Amino acid sequence: MSRQQANKLAVGVLTVVAAIVVIPILLVIVYVVWQGLPALSWAFLTEAPRNGMKEGGIMPALLGTILLTLGTAIVSFPLSIATAIYLAEYAGDNRLTRWIRMAIVNLAGIPSIVYGLFGLGAFVLFMGFGTSILAGSLTLGIMTMPVVISTAEEAILAVPQQFRTVSLSLGASRWQTIRYQVLPHALPGIITGIILGLGRAAGETAPILFTVAAFYVPELPRSIFDQTMALPYHLYVISTQVPGMPLQIQYGAALVLLLIVLSFTLVATLVRTQMRRRREW
Amino acid sequence: MSDAFLSVRNLYFTYDDGIEALHNVTLDIYRNELFVLFGPARAGKSTLLRLCNRLSDLSEHTERQGAITLNGKDIFAADINISALRRRVSMVFAIPTPLPGSIHANLVYGLKLAGIRDKGELERRVERSLRQAALWDEVKDRLDTSALALSGGQRQRLCLARSLALEPEIILLDNPTSGLDPISTATVEESLYELKQRYTIIMVPHSVQQAARVADRAAFLLNGELIEVGRAERMFVHPQDQRTEDYITGRFG
Ligand SMILES: Nc1ncnc2c1ncn2[C@@H]1O[C@H](COP(=O)(O)OP(=O)(O)OP(=O)(O)O)[C@@H](O)[C@H]1O
Ligand SMILES: [Mg+2]
Repeated sequence: MSRQQANKLAVGVLTVVAAIVVIPILLVIVYVVWQGLPALSWAFLTEAPRNGMKEGGIMPALLGTILLTLGTAIVSFPLSIATAIYLAEYAGDNRLTRWIRMAIVNLAGIPSIVYGLFGLGAFVLFMGFGTSILAGSLTLGIMTMPVVISTAEEAILAVPQQFRTVSLSLGASRWQTIRYQVLPHALPGIITGIILGLGRAAGETAPILFTVAAFYVPELPRSIFDQTMALPYHLYVISTQVPGMPLQIQYGAALVLLLIVLSFTLVATLVRTQMRRRREW
Repeated sequence: MSDAFLSVRNLYFTYDDGIEALHNVTLDIYRNELFVLFGPARAGKSTLLRLCNRLSDLSEHTERQGAITLNGKDIFAADINISALRRRVSMVFAIPTPLPGSIHANLVYGLKLAGIRDKGELERRVERSLRQAALWDEVKDRLDTSALALSGGQRQRLCLARSLALEPEIILLDNPTSGLDPISTATVEESLYELKQRYTIIMVPHSVQQAARVADRAAFLLNGELIEVGRAERMFVHPQDQRTEDYITGRFG
Protein backbone atom coordinates (compact mmCIF):
# COMPACT_ATOMS: atom_id res chain seq x y z
CA MET A 1 0.00 0.00 0.00
CA SER A 2 1.46 3.33 -0.96
CA ARG A 3 1.81 6.10 1.50
CA GLN A 4 -0.94 8.05 -0.15
CA GLN A 5 -3.33 5.16 0.00
CA ALA A 6 -2.52 4.56 3.65
CA ASN A 7 -3.18 8.19 4.32
CA LYS A 8 -6.54 8.05 2.55
CA LEU A 9 -7.50 4.95 4.45
CA ALA A 10 -6.61 6.51 7.79
CA VAL A 11 -8.65 9.62 7.01
CA GLY A 12 -11.55 7.44 5.94
CA VAL A 13 -11.49 5.29 9.06
CA LEU A 14 -11.23 8.31 11.33
CA THR A 15 -14.11 10.06 9.58
CA VAL A 16 -16.31 7.03 10.08
CA VAL A 17 -15.34 6.82 13.76
CA ALA A 18 -16.04 10.50 14.25
CA ALA A 19 -19.39 10.10 12.56
CA ILE A 20 -20.28 7.17 14.83
CA VAL A 21 -19.64 9.42 17.79
CA VAL A 22 -21.27 12.58 16.48
CA ILE A 23 -24.35 11.25 14.69
CA PRO A 24 -26.18 9.87 17.77
CA ILE A 25 -25.60 13.13 19.61
CA LEU A 26 -26.97 15.10 16.68
CA LEU A 27 -29.93 12.76 16.40
CA VAL A 28 -30.77 13.21 20.07
CA ILE A 29 -30.59 16.97 19.75
CA VAL A 30 -32.64 17.08 16.55
CA TYR A 31 -35.23 14.75 18.03
CA VAL A 32 -35.61 16.74 21.24
CA VAL A 33 -35.85 20.01 19.33
CA TRP A 34 -38.40 18.56 16.93
CA GLN A 35 -40.57 17.14 19.71
CA GLY A 36 -40.13 19.97 22.18
CA LEU A 37 -40.28 23.07 20.04
CA PRO A 38 -44.09 23.18 19.78
CA ALA A 39 -44.32 23.33 23.59
CA LEU A 40 -42.03 26.30 23.91
CA SER A 41 -43.70 29.59 24.57
CA TRP A 42 -43.33 32.56 26.85
CA ALA A 43 -46.08 31.11 29.03
CA PHE A 44 -44.30 27.76 29.23
CA LEU A 45 -41.23 29.49 30.69
CA THR A 46 -43.03 31.88 33.02
CA GLU A 47 -45.95 29.88 34.39
CA ALA A 48 -46.07 27.35 37.18
CA PRO A 49 -47.31 23.83 36.45
CA ARG A 50 -51.04 23.32 36.91
CA ASN A 51 -53.48 20.48 37.19
CA GLY A 52 -51.08 17.83 38.51
CA MET A 53 -48.33 19.27 36.28
CA LYS A 54 -50.21 18.16 33.19
CA GLU A 55 -50.68 21.77 32.16
CA GLY A 56 -48.88 25.06 32.62
CA GLY A 57 -45.16 25.73 32.45
CA ILE A 58 -41.88 25.01 34.14
CA MET A 59 -41.07 28.35 35.75
CA PRO A 60 -40.35 27.15 39.33
CA ALA A 61 -38.05 24.42 38.04
CA LEU A 62 -36.29 26.78 35.66
CA LEU A 63 -35.80 29.35 38.40
CA GLY A 64 -34.57 26.64 40.77
CA THR A 65 -31.97 25.49 38.28
CA ILE A 66 -30.80 29.06 37.78
CA LEU A 67 -30.51 29.54 41.55
CA LEU A 68 -28.66 26.25 41.97
CA THR A 69 -26.25 27.14 39.19
CA LEU A 70 -25.53 30.46 40.86
CA GLY A 71 -25.08 28.73 44.20
CA THR A 72 -22.75 26.20 42.62
CA ALA A 73 -20.65 28.99 41.16
CA ILE A 74 -20.43 30.74 44.52
CA VAL A 75 -19.30 27.53 46.25
CA SER A 76 -17.04 26.18 43.54
CA PHE A 77 -15.40 29.26 42.07
CA PRO A 78 -13.36 30.61 45.00
CA LEU A 79 -12.39 27.22 46.42
CA SER A 80 -11.37 25.79 43.06
CA ILE A 81 -9.32 28.80 42.05
CA ALA A 82 -7.60 28.90 45.42
CA THR A 83 -6.79 25.21 45.19
CA ALA A 84 -5.52 25.54 41.63
CA ILE A 85 -3.29 28.48 42.58
CA TYR A 86 -1.95 26.55 45.56
CA LEU A 87 -1.22 23.46 43.49
CA ALA A 88 0.30 25.27 40.53
CA GLU A 89 2.23 28.03 42.26
CA TYR A 90 2.98 27.12 45.85
CA ALA A 91 2.74 23.39 46.47
CA GLY A 92 5.70 22.17 44.48
CA ASP A 93 6.10 18.49 43.88
CA ASN A 94 6.14 16.27 46.93
CA ARG A 95 4.29 13.28 48.28
CA LEU A 96 1.46 15.35 49.75
CA THR A 97 0.76 17.27 46.54
CA ARG A 98 1.01 14.13 44.42
CA TRP A 99 -1.57 12.62 46.73
CA ILE A 100 -3.82 15.67 46.42
CA ARG A 101 -3.56 15.61 42.63
CA MET A 102 -4.41 11.92 42.52
CA ALA A 103 -7.41 12.54 44.75
CA ILE A 104 -8.63 15.29 42.43
CA VAL A 105 -8.30 13.10 39.35
CA ASN A 106 -10.22 10.32 41.06
CA LEU A 107 -12.88 12.64 42.42
CA ALA A 108 -13.60 13.78 38.88
CA GLY A 109 -14.50 10.22 37.99
CA ILE A 110 -16.88 9.50 40.85
CA PRO A 111 -20.52 8.94 39.77
CA SER A 112 -22.72 11.89 40.57
CA ILE A 113 -25.12 9.81 42.67
CA VAL A 114 -22.27 9.30 45.12
CA TYR A 115 -21.95 13.07 45.47
CA GLY A 116 -25.69 13.14 46.05
CA LEU A 117 -25.41 10.64 48.89
CA PHE A 118 -22.44 12.49 50.32
CA GLY A 119 -24.43 15.74 50.22
CA LEU A 120 -27.32 14.03 51.97
CA GLY A 121 -25.07 12.75 54.73
CA ALA A 122 -22.85 15.78 55.14
CA PHE A 123 -25.01 18.81 54.45
CA VAL A 124 -28.64 17.75 54.78
CA LEU A 125 -28.28 15.59 57.87
CA PHE A 126 -24.97 16.18 59.64
CA MET A 127 -24.82 19.95 59.23
CA GLY A 128 -28.58 20.17 59.49
CA PHE A 129 -29.21 22.32 56.43
CA GLY A 130 -32.13 20.06 55.49
CA THR A 131 -33.14 19.56 51.86
CA SER A 132 -32.34 23.08 50.78
CA ILE A 133 -30.80 25.23 48.12
CA LEU A 134 -27.78 25.57 50.40
CA ALA A 135 -27.25 21.82 50.67
CA GLY A 136 -27.81 21.37 46.93
CA SER A 137 -25.41 24.15 45.98
CA LEU A 138 -22.73 22.77 48.27
CA THR A 139 -23.16 19.30 46.80
CA LEU A 140 -23.09 20.51 43.21
CA GLY A 141 -20.21 22.84 44.03
CA ILE A 142 -18.11 20.01 45.39
CA MET A 143 -18.99 17.84 42.43
CA THR A 144 -17.74 20.45 39.97
CA MET A 145 -14.56 21.29 41.86
CA PRO A 146 -12.28 18.55 40.48
CA VAL A 147 -12.91 19.56 36.87
CA VAL A 148 -12.63 23.27 37.59
CA ILE A 149 -9.43 22.76 39.60
CA SER A 150 -7.78 20.68 36.89
CA THR A 151 -8.67 23.11 34.11
CA ALA A 152 -7.61 26.11 36.17
CA GLU A 153 -4.32 24.50 37.19
CA GLU A 154 -3.58 23.67 33.57
CA ALA A 155 -4.34 27.24 32.54
CA ILE A 156 -2.06 28.60 35.26
CA LEU A 157 0.79 26.27 34.34
CA ALA A 158 0.46 27.29 30.69
CA VAL A 159 1.52 30.87 31.49
CA PRO A 160 5.16 31.15 30.38
CA GLN A 161 7.64 30.82 33.23
CA GLN A 162 9.64 33.87 32.07
CA PHE A 163 6.78 36.20 32.98
CA ARG A 164 7.05 35.04 36.57
CA THR A 165 10.82 35.37 36.60
CA VAL A 166 10.71 38.86 35.12
CA SER A 167 8.01 39.97 37.53
CA LEU A 168 9.93 38.67 40.55
CA SER A 169 13.11 40.27 39.28
CA LEU A 170 11.33 43.63 39.21
CA GLY A 171 10.64 43.38 42.91
CA ALA A 172 7.19 41.81 42.83
CA SER A 173 6.32 39.42 45.61
CA ARG A 174 5.17 35.95 44.79
CA TRP A 175 1.53 36.84 45.29
CA GLN A 176 1.84 40.07 43.29
CA THR A 177 3.37 38.04 40.49
CA ILE A 178 0.45 35.62 40.53
CA ARG A 179 -2.05 38.44 40.78
CA TYR A 180 -0.67 40.60 37.97
CA GLN A 181 1.25 38.28 35.65
CA VAL A 182 -0.29 34.83 36.02
CA LEU A 183 -4.01 35.03 36.74
CA PRO A 184 -4.86 37.58 34.02
CA HIS A 185 -3.30 35.33 31.39
CA ALA A 186 -4.78 32.17 32.86
CA LEU A 187 -8.25 33.67 33.06
CA PRO A 188 -9.65 32.37 29.74
CA GLY A 189 -8.77 28.82 30.69
CA ILE A 190 -10.09 29.23 34.21
CA ILE A 191 -13.38 30.72 33.03
CA THR A 192 -13.78 27.95 30.47
CA GLY A 193 -13.38 25.37 33.21
CA ILE A 194 -15.91 27.10 35.43
CA ILE A 195 -18.52 27.40 32.72
CA LEU A 196 -18.16 23.78 31.70
CA GLY A 197 -18.44 22.78 35.34
CA LEU A 198 -21.59 24.85 35.75
CA GLY A 199 -23.03 23.32 32.60
CA ARG A 200 -22.60 19.92 34.14
CA ALA A 201 -24.07 21.06 37.45
CA ALA A 202 -27.14 22.50 35.74
CA GLY A 203 -27.92 19.23 34.02
CA GLU A 204 -27.36 16.69 36.80
CA THR A 205 -30.22 14.98 38.61
CA ALA A 206 -28.52 12.62 41.02
CA PRO A 207 -26.72 15.15 43.23
CA ILE A 208 -29.88 17.20 43.80
CA LEU A 209 -32.18 14.24 44.27
CA PHE A 210 -31.72 14.00 48.04
CA THR A 211 -30.30 17.40 48.77
CA VAL A 212 -32.61 20.04 47.34
CA ALA A 213 -35.03 18.99 44.66
CA ALA A 214 -38.73 19.11 45.42
CA PHE A 215 -41.25 16.98 43.60
CA TYR A 216 -43.64 19.87 43.45
CA VAL A 217 -43.70 23.15 45.38
CA PRO A 218 -46.14 25.71 44.11
CA GLU A 219 -44.49 28.73 45.68
CA LEU A 220 -41.00 29.98 44.98
CA PRO A 221 -38.16 29.58 47.49
CA ARG A 222 -37.66 32.51 49.85
CA SER A 223 -34.30 31.65 51.38
CA ILE A 224 -31.36 29.34 50.81
CA PHE A 225 -32.83 27.00 53.42
CA ASP A 226 -35.88 26.33 51.25
CA GLN A 227 -36.37 23.47 48.84
CA THR A 228 -36.82 24.23 45.22
CA MET A 229 -37.87 22.46 42.08
CA ALA A 230 -35.10 21.98 39.54
CA LEU A 231 -35.27 21.27 35.86
CA PRO A 232 -33.44 17.92 35.64
CA TYR A 233 -35.42 16.46 38.52
CA HIS A 234 -38.64 17.96 37.22
CA LEU A 235 -37.96 16.30 33.90
CA TYR A 236 -37.38 12.98 35.64
CA VAL A 237 -40.61 13.40 37.59
CA ILE A 238 -42.85 14.32 34.66
CA SER A 239 -41.31 11.58 32.51
CA THR A 240 -41.67 8.71 34.96
CA GLN A 241 -43.77 9.59 37.96
CA VAL A 242 -46.87 11.23 36.53
CA PRO A 243 -49.22 8.99 34.55
CA GLY A 244 -50.84 10.55 31.54
CA MET A 245 -48.32 13.33 31.16
CA PRO A 246 -48.57 15.04 27.75
CA LEU A 247 -45.46 14.20 25.71
CA GLN A 248 -45.21 17.77 24.55
CA ILE A 249 -44.57 19.10 28.04
CA GLN A 250 -41.93 16.45 28.68
CA TYR A 251 -40.04 17.28 25.52
CA GLY A 252 -40.51 20.98 26.09
CA ALA A 253 -38.81 20.69 29.48
CA ALA A 254 -36.08 18.49 27.99
CA LEU A 255 -35.47 21.04 25.28
CA VAL A 256 -35.12 23.89 27.77
CA LEU A 257 -32.63 21.86 29.83
CA LEU A 258 -30.71 20.92 26.73
CA LEU A 259 -30.55 24.56 25.62
CA ILE A 260 -29.26 25.64 29.02
CA VAL A 261 -26.48 23.06 29.05
CA LEU A 262 -25.55 23.69 25.41
CA SER A 263 -25.48 27.42 25.96
CA PHE A 264 -22.94 26.94 28.75
CA THR A 265 -20.72 25.02 26.36
CA LEU A 266 -21.22 27.62 23.68
CA VAL A 267 -20.39 30.49 26.01
CA ALA A 268 -17.28 28.63 27.22
CA THR A 269 -16.10 28.18 23.66
CA LEU A 270 -16.79 31.80 22.80
CA VAL A 271 -14.98 33.09 25.86
CA ARG A 272 -11.98 30.95 25.09
CA THR A 273 -11.65 31.89 21.44
CA GLN A 274 -12.33 35.55 22.16
CA MET A 275 -9.67 35.77 24.85
CA ARG A 276 -7.21 33.65 22.87
CA ARG A 277 -7.50 36.10 20.05
CA ARG A 278 -6.64 38.97 22.35
CA ARG A 279 -3.63 37.16 23.80
CA GLU A 280 -0.44 38.78 22.72
CA TRP A 281 2.16 36.06 22.88
CA MET B 1 40.50 52.09 46.47
CA SER B 2 37.30 52.59 48.46
CA ASP B 3 35.46 49.83 50.30
CA ALA B 4 33.86 47.09 48.24
CA PHE B 5 30.21 47.72 47.36
CA LEU B 6 29.30 44.15 46.55
CA SER B 7 31.49 41.51 47.97
CA VAL B 8 31.47 37.77 47.23
CA ARG B 9 33.22 35.49 49.69
CA ASN B 10 34.07 31.81 49.18
CA LEU B 11 30.88 31.21 47.26
CA TYR B 12 29.87 27.67 46.31
CA PHE B 13 26.64 26.92 44.49
CA THR B 14 25.19 23.58 43.43
CA TYR B 15 22.01 22.99 41.40
CA ASP B 16 19.48 20.27 42.14
CA ASP B 17 21.08 17.93 39.62
CA GLY B 18 24.32 18.01 41.62
CA ILE B 19 26.17 20.23 39.14
CA GLU B 20 28.53 22.51 41.02
CA ALA B 21 28.11 25.76 39.12
CA LEU B 22 30.34 27.89 41.35
CA HIS B 23 33.37 26.73 43.31
CA ASN B 24 34.95 28.95 45.93
CA VAL B 25 34.45 32.28 44.19
CA THR B 26 35.71 35.40 45.95
CA LEU B 27 35.65 38.87 44.44
CA ASP B 28 34.88 42.51 45.22
CA ILE B 29 32.99 45.01 43.13
CA TYR B 30 33.31 48.76 43.68
CA ARG B 31 30.92 51.65 43.15
CA ASN B 32 30.49 53.02 39.64
CA GLU B 33 32.67 50.50 37.97
CA LEU B 34 31.77 48.33 35.02
CA PHE B 35 32.77 44.88 36.09
CA VAL B 36 32.81 42.16 33.46
CA LEU B 37 32.38 38.44 34.16
CA PHE B 38 33.65 36.50 31.20
CA GLY B 39 34.44 32.92 30.38
CA PRO B 40 33.25 30.02 28.23
CA ALA B 41 29.78 28.52 28.25
CA ARG B 42 28.65 26.96 31.54
CA ALA B 43 31.38 28.78 33.44
CA GLY B 44 28.80 29.92 35.99
CA LYS B 45 28.51 33.56 34.91
CA SER B 46 24.72 33.70 34.86
CA THR B 47 24.57 31.73 38.07
CA LEU B 48 26.76 34.29 39.82
CA LEU B 49 24.65 37.18 38.48
CA ARG B 50 21.45 35.55 39.67
CA LEU B 51 22.91 35.05 43.12
CA CYS B 52 23.63 38.77 43.42
CA ASN B 53 19.93 39.62 43.81
CA ARG B 54 18.78 36.19 44.93
CA LEU B 55 17.00 35.27 41.74
CA SER B 56 18.83 32.03 42.49
CA ASP B 57 16.09 31.43 45.06
CA LEU B 58 13.79 30.53 42.17
CA SER B 59 15.68 27.32 41.49
CA GLU B 60 14.61 24.68 43.95
CA HIS B 61 16.80 22.28 45.91
CA THR B 62 20.02 24.16 45.43
CA GLU B 63 22.91 24.35 47.84
CA ARG B 64 24.92 27.42 48.66
CA GLN B 65 27.91 28.10 50.85
CA GLY B 66 29.73 31.35 51.35
CA ALA B 67 28.49 34.89 51.48
CA ILE B 68 27.53 37.90 49.39
CA THR B 69 27.36 41.27 51.09
CA LEU B 70 25.93 44.49 49.70
CA ASN B 71 27.28 47.54 51.44
CA GLY B 72 28.50 45.24 54.19
CA LYS B 73 25.10 43.62 54.73
CA ASP B 74 24.60 39.90 54.13
CA ILE B 75 22.00 39.53 51.35
CA PHE B 76 21.12 36.02 52.51
CA ALA B 77 20.26 37.20 56.01
CA ALA B 78 16.80 36.18 57.20
CA ASP B 79 15.64 39.77 57.70
CA ILE B 80 16.50 40.95 54.20
CA ASN B 81 13.62 42.31 52.10
CA ILE B 82 14.03 40.42 48.86
CA SER B 83 11.81 42.74 46.82
CA ALA B 84 13.84 45.72 47.96
CA LEU B 85 17.07 43.84 47.22
CA ARG B 86 15.91 43.11 43.67
CA ARG B 87 15.07 46.76 43.16
CA ARG B 88 18.50 47.79 44.40
CA VAL B 89 20.30 45.12 42.37
CA SER B 90 18.38 44.80 39.15
CA MET B 91 18.77 42.05 36.57
CA VAL B 92 18.47 42.45 32.82
CA PHE B 93 18.15 38.97 31.36
CA ALA B 94 20.00 37.58 28.38
CA ILE B 95 16.74 36.87 26.59
CA PRO B 96 14.78 40.13 26.74
CA THR B 97 11.25 39.39 27.90
CA PRO B 98 8.75 42.22 27.83
CA LEU B 99 5.69 41.50 29.91
CA PRO B 100 2.45 41.39 27.90
CA GLY B 101 1.04 44.89 27.86
CA SER B 102 2.15 48.28 26.70
CA ILE B 103 5.64 49.74 26.74
CA HIS B 104 4.49 52.14 29.42
CA ALA B 105 2.99 49.35 31.54
CA ASN B 106 6.29 47.49 31.40
CA LEU B 107 8.20 50.49 32.65
CA VAL B 108 5.91 51.36 35.54
CA TYR B 109 5.19 47.78 36.66
CA GLY B 110 8.03 47.60 39.17
CA LEU B 111 7.56 51.22 40.19
CA LYS B 112 3.93 50.79 41.13
CA LEU B 113 4.76 47.66 43.09
CA ALA B 114 7.39 49.69 44.90
CA GLY B 115 4.59 52.00 45.99
CA ILE B 116 5.26 54.92 43.67
CA ARG B 117 1.84 56.40 42.92
CA ASP B 118 2.67 59.96 41.96
CA LYS B 119 1.91 60.39 38.26
CA GLY B 120 4.51 63.02 37.66
CA GLU B 121 7.19 60.89 39.26
CA LEU B 122 6.16 57.87 37.17
CA GLU B 123 6.27 59.85 33.93
CA ARG B 124 9.59 61.40 34.84
CA ARG B 125 11.10 57.98 35.43
CA VAL B 126 9.61 56.53 32.26
CA GLU B 127 11.16 59.23 30.10
CA ARG B 128 14.47 59.27 31.90
CA SER B 129 14.97 55.50 31.80
CA LEU B 130 14.03 55.34 28.12
CA ARG B 131 16.51 58.12 27.36
CA GLN B 132 19.24 56.36 29.32
CA ALA B 133 18.57 53.16 27.41
CA ALA B 134 18.65 55.08 24.10
CA LEU B 135 15.10 54.07 23.27
CA TRP B 136 13.16 57.28 23.92
CA ASP B 137 13.23 58.69 20.40
CA GLU B 138 12.01 55.44 18.89
CA VAL B 139 9.06 54.84 21.19
CA LYS B 140 8.04 58.19 22.68
CA ASP B 141 5.01 58.41 20.37
CA ARG B 142 3.78 54.89 21.02
CA LEU B 143 4.23 54.25 24.71
CA ASP B 144 0.76 52.75 24.86
CA THR B 145 1.33 50.16 22.17
CA SER B 146 2.23 46.57 22.92
CA ALA B 147 5.76 45.98 24.12
CA LEU B 148 5.72 42.65 22.32
CA ALA B 149 5.60 44.46 19.00
CA LEU B 150 9.13 45.80 19.53
CA SER B 151 12.10 44.45 17.59
CA GLY B 152 14.75 42.35 19.29
CA GLY B 153 17.09 45.24 19.84
CA GLN B 154 14.31 47.47 21.10
CA ARG B 155 13.16 44.77 23.50
CA GLN B 156 16.69 44.51 24.80
CA ARG B 157 16.76 48.24 25.52
CA LEU B 158 13.22 48.23 26.91
CA CYS B 159 14.25 45.61 29.46
CA LEU B 160 17.27 47.70 30.34
CA ALA B 161 15.05 50.77 30.72
CA ARG B 162 12.64 48.79 32.85
CA SER B 163 15.44 48.06 35.28
CA LEU B 164 16.78 51.61 35.14
CA ALA B 165 13.35 53.01 35.98
CA LEU B 166 13.72 51.38 39.39
CA GLU B 167 16.81 53.53 39.94
CA PRO B 168 18.82 50.57 41.19
CA GLU B 169 22.31 50.80 42.61
CA ILE B 170 23.68 47.83 40.73
CA ILE B 171 22.61 46.64 37.29
CA LEU B 172 23.23 43.04 36.34
CA LEU B 173 23.51 42.69 32.58
CA ASP B 174 23.53 39.17 31.22
CA ASN B 175 24.78 39.48 27.67
CA PRO B 176 22.86 42.67 26.84
CA THR B 177 23.83 42.57 23.16
CA SER B 178 22.95 38.97 22.37
CA GLY B 179 21.23 38.88 19.02
CA LEU B 180 21.85 42.56 18.25
CA ASP B 181 23.27 43.86 15.01
CA PRO B 182 26.59 45.74 15.19
CA ILE B 183 24.92 49.16 15.17
CA SER B 184 22.58 48.38 18.06
CA THR B 185 25.49 46.77 19.85
CA ALA B 186 27.48 49.97 19.52
CA THR B 187 24.48 51.96 20.82
CA VAL B 188 24.26 49.77 23.89
CA GLU B 189 28.00 49.85 24.51
CA GLU B 190 27.99 53.63 24.31
CA SER B 191 25.14 53.93 26.77
CA LEU B 192 27.07 51.67 29.16
CA TYR B 193 29.66 54.38 29.45
CA GLU B 194 26.99 56.89 30.46
CA LEU B 195 25.31 54.46 32.82
CA LYS B 196 28.32 53.67 34.92
CA GLN B 197 28.59 57.34 35.91
CA ARG B 198 25.43 56.69 37.85
CA TYR B 199 25.26 52.97 38.48
CA THR B 200 27.49 50.05 39.27
CA ILE B 201 27.36 47.53 36.46
CA ILE B 202 28.14 43.83 36.50
CA MET B 203 28.00 42.49 33.01
CA VAL B 204 28.44 39.20 31.18
CA PRO B 205 29.78 40.21 27.76
CA HIS B 206 28.93 38.84 24.37
CA SER B 207 32.58 38.17 23.53
CA VAL B 208 36.10 38.68 24.80
CA GLN B 209 36.41 41.62 22.40
CA GLN B 210 33.39 43.28 23.93
CA ALA B 211 34.75 42.58 27.41
CA ALA B 212 37.99 44.29 26.50
CA ARG B 213 36.15 47.27 24.99
CA VAL B 214 33.85 48.06 27.88
CA ALA B 215 35.33 46.69 31.12
CA ASP B 216 36.96 48.65 33.93
CA ARG B 217 37.80 45.46 35.70
CA ALA B 218 37.16 41.87 34.72
CA ALA B 219 37.01 38.37 36.15
CA PHE B 220 37.67 35.21 34.20
CA LEU B 221 35.48 32.26 35.21
CA LEU B 222 36.10 28.71 34.09
CA ASN B 223 34.00 25.71 35.14
CA GLY B 224 32.69 27.55 38.16
CA GLU B 225 36.10 28.68 39.37
CA LEU B 226 37.43 32.19 39.42
CA ILE B 227 40.72 32.03 37.55
CA GLU B 228 41.77 35.65 37.53
CA VAL B 229 40.51 39.13 38.44
CA GLY B 230 42.08 42.41 37.49
CA ARG B 231 41.95 45.73 35.75
CA ALA B 232 40.89 45.34 32.16
CA GLU B 233 43.77 47.18 30.55
CA ARG B 234 46.19 44.81 32.26
CA MET B 235 44.19 41.60 32.05
CA PHE B 236 43.39 41.64 28.35
CA VAL B 237 46.98 42.53 27.49
CA HIS B 238 49.03 40.62 30.06
CA PRO B 239 46.92 37.89 31.59
CA GLN B 240 48.67 36.24 34.52
CA ASP B 241 47.13 32.82 34.24
CA GLN B 242 47.85 30.55 31.32
CA ARG B 243 44.18 29.55 31.08
CA THR B 244 43.09 33.19 30.84
CA GLU B 245 45.60 33.77 28.11
CA ASP B 246 44.47 30.68 26.20
CA TYR B 247 40.86 31.84 26.37
CA ILE B 248 41.57 35.42 25.41
CA THR B 249 43.70 34.45 22.48
CA GLY B 250 41.01 32.06 21.35
CA ARG B 251 42.88 28.85 21.96
CA PHE B 252 39.79 27.31 23.56
CA GLY B 253 36.22 28.08 24.43
N1 LIG C 1 18.46 26.22 36.51
C1 LIG C 1 19.48 25.34 36.44
N2 LIG C 1 19.31 24.06 36.86
C2 LIG C 1 20.32 23.18 36.81
N3 LIG C 1 21.55 23.46 36.35
C3 LIG C 1 21.79 24.70 35.91
C4 LIG C 1 20.77 25.70 35.94
N4 LIG C 1 21.29 26.86 35.43
C5 LIG C 1 22.57 26.57 35.13
N5 LIG C 1 22.88 25.28 35.43
C6 LIG C 1 24.18 24.64 35.26
O1 LIG C 1 25.14 25.38 35.98
C7 LIG C 1 26.34 25.53 35.23
C8 LIG C 1 26.65 27.00 35.06
O2 LIG C 1 25.62 27.59 34.25
P1 LIG C 1 25.52 29.13 33.94
O3 LIG C 1 24.24 29.34 33.23
O4 LIG C 1 25.76 29.90 35.17
O5 LIG C 1 26.74 29.33 32.94
P2 LIG C 1 27.11 30.59 32.06
O6 LIG C 1 28.51 30.91 32.35
O7 LIG C 1 26.11 31.66 32.20
O8 LIG C 1 27.04 29.95 30.60
P3 LIG C 1 26.55 30.62 29.23
O9 LIG C 1 27.70 31.39 28.69
O10 LIG C 1 26.24 29.43 28.39
O11 LIG C 1 25.36 31.46 29.52
C9 LIG C 1 26.11 24.79 33.93
O12 LIG C 1 26.69 23.52 34.06
C10 LIG C 1 24.64 24.69 33.81
O13 LIG C 1 24.27 23.52 33.13
MG1 LIG D 1 24.62 32.52 30.93
